[in-house]
Amino acid sequence: MSELKTVISDQIKKHGKGRDALMPILQSIVEKNNYLTNENMVEIAKELDISAADVYGTASFYSFLETEERGRYVIRICKSITCDMKGKGKVLRTIQDMLKIKIGETTQNKKFSLLETNCIGLCDQGPAMLINDDFYNHLTPEKVREVLVDYIRNKN
Amino acid sequence: MTKKQLKRVDIILSPYSVSPYQVLINTVKRSKDEVIKEMINSGLRGRGGAGFPTGLKWKLASEQISDEKYIICNADEGEPGTFKDRKILSEVPRKVFSGMAIAGWATNSTKGVVYLRREYKYMVADLEKEIEVFNNKAKEIGLDFSINIFLGAGAYVCGEETALIESMEGKRGEPRNKPPYPIQNGFKGKPTIVGNVETFASASMVCRYGADEYVKFGTNDQHGSKLFSISGDSPKEGVHELELGMSIEDFVHEFGDGDTKAVQVGGVAGFCVPRKHFKTTIIGEGQTTGGATMIFNSTRSMYHVLHNYLDFFVEESCGQCTPCRVGTQQLLKGIEAVKLGEKEPEYLEQLIKLSQTMKVASKCGLGQSVANSFASIVTNFKEEMIY
Repeated sequence: MSELKTVISDQIKKHGKGRDALMPILQSIVEKNNYLTNENMVEIAKELDISAADVYGTASFYSFLETEERGRYVIRICKSITCDMKGKGKVLRTIQDMLKIKIGETTQNKKFSLLETNCIGLCDQGPAMLINDDFYNHLTPEKVREVLVDYIRNKN
Repeated sequence: MTKKQLKRVDIILSPYSVSPYQVLINTVKRSKDEVIKEMINSGLRGRGGAGFPTGLKWKLASEQISDEKYIICNADEGEPGTFKDRKILSEVPRKVFSGMAIAGWATNSTKGVVYLRREYKYMVADLEKEIEVFNNKAKEIGLDFSINIFLGAGAYVCGEETALIESMEGKRGEPRNKPPYPIQNGFKGKPTIVGNVETFASASMVCRYGADEYVKFGTNDQHGSKLFSISGDSPKEGVHELELGMSIEDFVHEFGDGDTKAVQVGGVAGFCVPRKHFKTTIIGEGQTTGGATMIFNSTRSMYHVLHNYLDFFVEESCGQCTPCRVGTQQLLKGIEAVKLGEKEPEYLEQLIKLSQTMKVASKCGLGQSVANSFASIVTNFKEEMIY
């Protein structure tokens, strides 16, 4: 809990104690812990002196502010029309086969979560996906396999 | 058929042949009224898609009396098929910052914010370096204007200016009622100019070339050059800077794969133009556009395309207005039912009526624009919806 308080107070130092500090606080917790717990949100509400429902209302509105447990690496594959046309389906099946999870699920070792996302602005380089903040473009089943093998072997 | 070469221009994406900060230095030596007048005369309109006259926005903001005003650069480009702002911010960010600073100076605003979509977080490190260069430059020339980045958190609707402001204030990104407009009552209740990335870059170019030169580009309706994000069945996918006022036929000649069936102009919120209308549809006349053009060839099922769009709208509707929240879901269920034969083909007419109702009864551009792609696809590709 003390670690959480440090994250919150760091952001309050930067942005003040007003409501506009909320987004940066939520973002920095997700960056650290991959998702927001109910306890996190209650604590933030206390610090900013707003209701916990307001904090949850904001957090649950945005697709990158996770309120469910996620793995350390969140894979977001773009499902918008041009990525879909360029073969997103095959890429997605490859990921599901390799990690043995479906969309919305997390691997047992809590390393990967798999999500579909709307347009990530790489329509000219589709199919495309994000793993946390990094993007991968022009994906094929072979290429996505290489990417994932690298994560499985070389990243914790 | 005679092949017409599209007029390519190279204003926004060209390298810095004249430093954008030199343009800024030269501009702030002039009178503010003169620069705002220049912006009005250039005919520049918002490049995000809504097409509001930029000069007028600046003029209205400059007339507001307030101890603080904000300049927000909308880099929340979430429209499927749009990626030009990513390119501008990666390649020529100084043109954007110079445009923001000119807007700030002209309207007596001292704070600039770049609202960057969360999906582009990998760009933050480079952008922060560039912003530091800018902030130092501003100090050096004695201009009271600084820029910082605000990172979004993943919501298409936050591209709408009042939803974007709500989001910056730490709230759900739900659009506000208008009026009051952001230029009267924006971020933290202060007068705020929200402009698209490309608009600010274009504004800097207007100051560099002067309105007289700038209006030589484009159509009577819309001046200047425009960036087009081209994707889909095209051998030339990517961002291309073109002059407004070309027909879709010429466009398809240059960017299609020889088998183009339909072109979606303006992203999923825009219109789907079928082959029979290629000749008569001029891009940039009548409708403004954010420049997203997706090309579909004859192997594509337009039912599948529309289904994909509706899935998108169902997820991204903020849920605030019932016509949009429920309407998007009913349109999706409706086309599925017709396809499965559970509903008669005539039901499609009712769905089009529903989409028209959403146009008048929704608060923001999201719900209002669903009818554009819905009606144009259902009307022009009706047989694909049924069989």
